[in-house]
Amino acid sequence: MTTATLVVATHPPAALGPPVIELAGVEKSFGKQHVLRGVDLVVEAGMTTVIVGPSGEGKSVILKHMLGLLRPDRGAVRLFGQDLAHLRGRRLREVRSHFGVLFQSVALFDSLTVFDNVALPLRERTTAGDAEVRRRVLDRLERMDLHDVEHKFPAQLSGGMQKRVGLARALVLDPDVVFFDEPTTGLDAARTNEIYRLFYRSQKALGYAAVIVSHDVPKIFKLADRVVLLAGGVLHGGGSAEAFQRSTDPVVRRFVETTMGHLYISDLEEGMTP
Amino acid sequence: MAHDFSDRIPAGLGLPALGPRPLRLLVAAGGAALDRLARLGRFGTFLVQTGAATLTPPYRPHRVVEQIHFIGVRSLFVILFTGLFTGMVLALQGAYTLRKFGSEGLLGSAVALSLLRELGPTLTALMVIGRAGSAICAELAIMRNAEQIDALECMAIDPFRYLLAPKLLGGLIAIPLLTCLYDVVGIGGGYLVGVGLLGVNEGAYFQGMASSVAWVDVQMGLVKSVVFAVLVVWICAAKGYYLHLAGDRGFGAAGVSRATTSAVVLASVAILVGDYLISAVLL
Repeated sequence: MTTATLVVATHPPAALGPPVIELAGVEKSFGKQHVLRGVDLVVEAGMTTVIVGPSGEGKSVILKHMLGLLRPDRGAVRLFGQDLAHLRGRRLREVRSHFGVLFQSVALFDSLTVFDNVALPLRERTTAGDAEVRRRVLDRLERMDLHDVEHKFPAQLSGGMQKRVGLARALVLDPDVVFFDEPTTGLDAARTNEIYRLFYRSQKALGYAAVIVSHDVPKIFKLADRVVLLAGGVLHGGGSAEAFQRSTDPVVRRFVETTMGHLYISDLEEGMTP
Repeated sequence: MAHDFSDRIPAGLGLPALGPRPLRLLVAAGGAALDRLARLGRFGTFLVQTGAATLTPPYRPHRVVEQIHFIGVRSLFVILFTGLFTGMVLALQGAYTLRKFGSEGLLGSAVALSLLRELGPTLTALMVIGRAGSAICAELAIMRNAEQIDALECMAIDPFRYLLAPKLLGGLIAIPLLTCLYDVVGIGGGYLVGVGLLGVNEGAYFQGMASSVAWVDVQMGLVKSVVFAVLVVWICAAKGYYLHLAGDRGFGAAGVSRATTSAVVLASVAILVGDYLISAVLL
């Protein structure tokens, strides 16, 4: 008989830190398509928030609101306590200087070498000299288990290595929050595990808050302090990975059922899981 | 992307005299007009932001040098080649026409004035659009599609300062210099055909040029080349930069291709219209 185990986070729940990002009643439409219909979410310092949901529901749209790339039609987005509606130009860039982003497409600059890609934020945003830039870049590449690739171009690397370079670039300025948009899309199981291991290790070392948009269920639950489901333009859930999987919210139950299987649900109900 | 404002019409508006179809047409026309206005405003803001980023520190001389190399040095061959042949054909046609009036001695001034005032700046700008403007548009459009411009913004790096200001400054330096080279090589081409092939007197060719060309003619060419440099970089860069706002027409490789074609056409038309307007003002 097949048994399924409840997927829980591999680290103890972090104590609630101060909110770094808050979304309150965020609504967003594109033409006649209402993507977000009132999203409320708080991301605390040092915590990992995972946003799951079916493709095309608008998970990346939430991420773009947090990054200030989109502005809500209604509702408020507060970044480090400051309302996005009042942030433009230099002030928005100051807030973003606390961010690191790993894009779904990685978004490495293909005409720059790996070294120059990772060095770009240091060169453009700090007054670090060449020696300091070199030290920081090589340190971040080392943390991502990338050796002797600094002179290569992104197109000369595998998909997994490109993701790791993207993560190195996202972490090069010691950000307070790192956003991951489908970080393991297109990777095989081994590479996916590698990315999660590097994420876990770097978060432990650097202590950043993480917002991960993913549909890699249930594997992604192992990294989550909090899991939310975007369905029908609103968020469901909001507790730990364990609470999410035991949720009585019919929308969450249906999602868990369709992504983790009916057998899993019946196992849960029959008390066959630890 | 054309807006549909039908959801903003109050439900009880009725307007029986117009009927639903004319009303829909009115709404569609209004939406299209607003869309055009918004696009125009976006293009205007783009130029202001790029100009501001160009004028204010920190400056990035190495990136400007890269752009001068890309727009200027790499366009050199095509500019010299077309300049030479433009001068040659001008001399050929000019000599044929002037011979009818017994005024072959004026060939030098005809070639020089045509090149300095009109053909030099205009054809140089058109050549640069084909060689560098299209590449600028495609580069930015691909960067937009690959989320690289979003990545810059998220890294708190101003894309106007990092990407666009060096292109504008590079264009402003390279295009007038290319225009000067085009003029010189064109006059040389005219000399080759006029004096070398058609037997026009060498002294008359240069003497006519020296006596008829004034500083104001050179100035007009330079003013045009500076304005054209702004137009080329502005239109080509904005078309690529705002690819994501082109709606369904902006996706994928086809979107990049459409944006590039549109940038080349629009910039070429702008150069010809601008040429007429500047000539009308300065003459």
